[in-house]
Amino acid sequence: MTITDMTALQLAEAIRAGRTTAVEAAEAMLANIEAKDKKYNCYVTVDAEGALTQAREVQARIEAGELDGALAGVPVAIKDNMCTAGLLTTCSSKILYNFVPTYTAEAVRNLQRAGAVILGKTNMDEFAMGSTTETSAYGATRNPRNPEHVPGGSSGGSAAAVAAEECFFALGSDTGGSIRQPAAYCGTVGMKPTYGTVSRYGLIAYGSSLDQIGPLTKDVADCAAVLEIIASHDAKDSTSIERQDTDFTSVLTDDVRGMRIGVPNDYFGDGLDGEVKEAVLAAAKTLEEKGAVVERFDLSLVEYAIPTYYTIAAAEASSNLERFDGIKYGYRTGEYEGLHNMYRKSRSEGFGAEVKRRIMLGSFVLSSGYYDAYYLKALRVKALIKRAFDDAFARYDVILGPVAPTTAPRLGESLADPIKMYLGDIYTIAVNLAGLPAISLPCGMDGNGLPIGLQLIGDCFQEKKLIQTAYTYEKARGAFPAAAGEVE
Amino acid sequence: MANIISDETIEYVGILAKLELSDEEKEQAKADMGRMLDYIDKLGELDTEGVEPMSHVFPAHNVFREDVVTNGDTREELLANAPEQKDGMFMVPKTFA
Repeated sequence: MTITDMTALQLAEAIRAGRTTAVEAAEAMLANIEAKDKKYNCYVTVDAEGALTQAREVQARIEAGELDGALAGVPVAIKDNMCTAGLLTTCSSKILYNFVPTYTAEAVRNLQRAGAVILGKTNMDEFAMGSTTETSAYGATRNPRNPEHVPGGSSGGSAAAVAAEECFFALGSDTGGSIRQPAAYCGTVGMKPTYGTVSRYGLIAYGSSLDQIGPLTKDVADCAAVLEIIASHDAKDSTSIERQDTDFTSVLTDDVRGMRIGVPNDYFGDGLDGEVKEAVLAAAKTLEEKGAVVERFDLSLVEYAIPTYYTIAAAEASSNLERFDGIKYGYRTGEYEGLHNMYRKSRSEGFGAEVKRRIMLGSFVLSSGYYDAYYLKALRVKALIKRAFDDAFARYDVILGPVAPTTAPRLGESLADPIKMYLGDIYTIAVNLAGLPAISLPCGMDGNGLPIGLQLIGDCFQEKKLIQTAYTYEKARGAFPAAAGEVE
Repeated sequence: MANIISDETIEYVGILAKLELSDEEKEQAKADMGRMLDYIDKLGELDTEGVEPMSHVFPAHNVFREDVVTNGDTREELLANAPEQKDGMFMVPKTFA
């Protein structure tokens, strides 16, 4: 086994045992980035020098016995919407083309304290608004499984970097599926924790009531280990929740006997690709054979989640993105007449089309005369959606379904029709509205060799049931083929 | 029930959003917003009479702390990001004629 084939946990173990070093691991990843990233464009910024400096420091501390964590010495990639002190943070937008934060996001700090080595910042849809990583101002990312296809989004750079072995694991953020869907498209594991589990301090906000940081990893054990490290109560995030049950690696057990799994009929209707459906139902069957109690049921309200989400997310985005004004940081237009003209021109030239579309929609639904009819209505429907999940979790431990209706689309096919693109979020989006945890893991390949994702959704604070179920499924499934993608 | 977005509405929303759209972008925005609102109108099918709007899934409460400075002085680093600065301050266009 070469270094690059290892999972994050295996690598850390090898470093602790002295079979390799943090420096060798960082060098191996930088070599992969050098060889592959021209083709895949997973990264906006690679910090080669900084990574080697961190790796040497971490290695010294491991050898001195000061660091012995589960991920000490492991190289990681960070989505470019998390602030990193001294390292360019663009949100894949022109408006932040030169922004160097003065502080580091708390989730990233937690990784640094645990001895992870930051390789750089990954590409994404601009301000996390998109499902393909094609709205980035710094070029699209390509799917390492097949470079003619998108990696998904918005955390497409993070998922692709894991799949292409340009990092051992990555952080992403998930507002409506932005970790789970690219994980599914690239054949990696991705998890969105319960809202409030990971601090949002230093995460550049899109839809604050929905945003949550989470891991993208090679397997379920790595996912549990990363989540265990990044989960923390943080006084700097007023929605951060104090939890005692974040020892997620304690449930990596191959056992689902008695686990009650609900399979919503509404997730298997029109629009779902036949191969995806077959693979996901086969995964349900596998879990049933392992002793889970699997039942079909009606979740209800599924088709209302997308309009609810786009109303709330656009409203929050229009408010959150007011801060980009050409004064304190980022892009300022060259010529202007007075303050307001400067604001408007800087923002119009700095934001891309999808971001402007959502800011306009958000400004409209919050405007006087429309606030009740659109924004408050959406918040009322959100309450109904939450109630539908509460009813389901009274009967089931886990809800099982697909991550996305299809496998990864071809580059250039999605952006022409925004509503069609938004419909691709139908199975992931309600999870954010209800604040629930959910995990995505590979459960098959379609006829074109593109991965299919299985989604497991849990009740609030029930990550452990998800991890245990996902781990058991992964054991039964066996090793998932790595991306072939050898680059000429 | 198609939503038709008027020129005045797009103009007004542009002011709220602090965006200056080209004529072409305005036409696109009218079409896009109309289609999105048609889609969002689907929520009207649901009876939400008596349902409280849910802004946060968990009970939200204010988080207080003592009024003590804990961060250091990062003025130089912060100003380094400003498009224009002068004498340790952000430079903005004239706001009073």
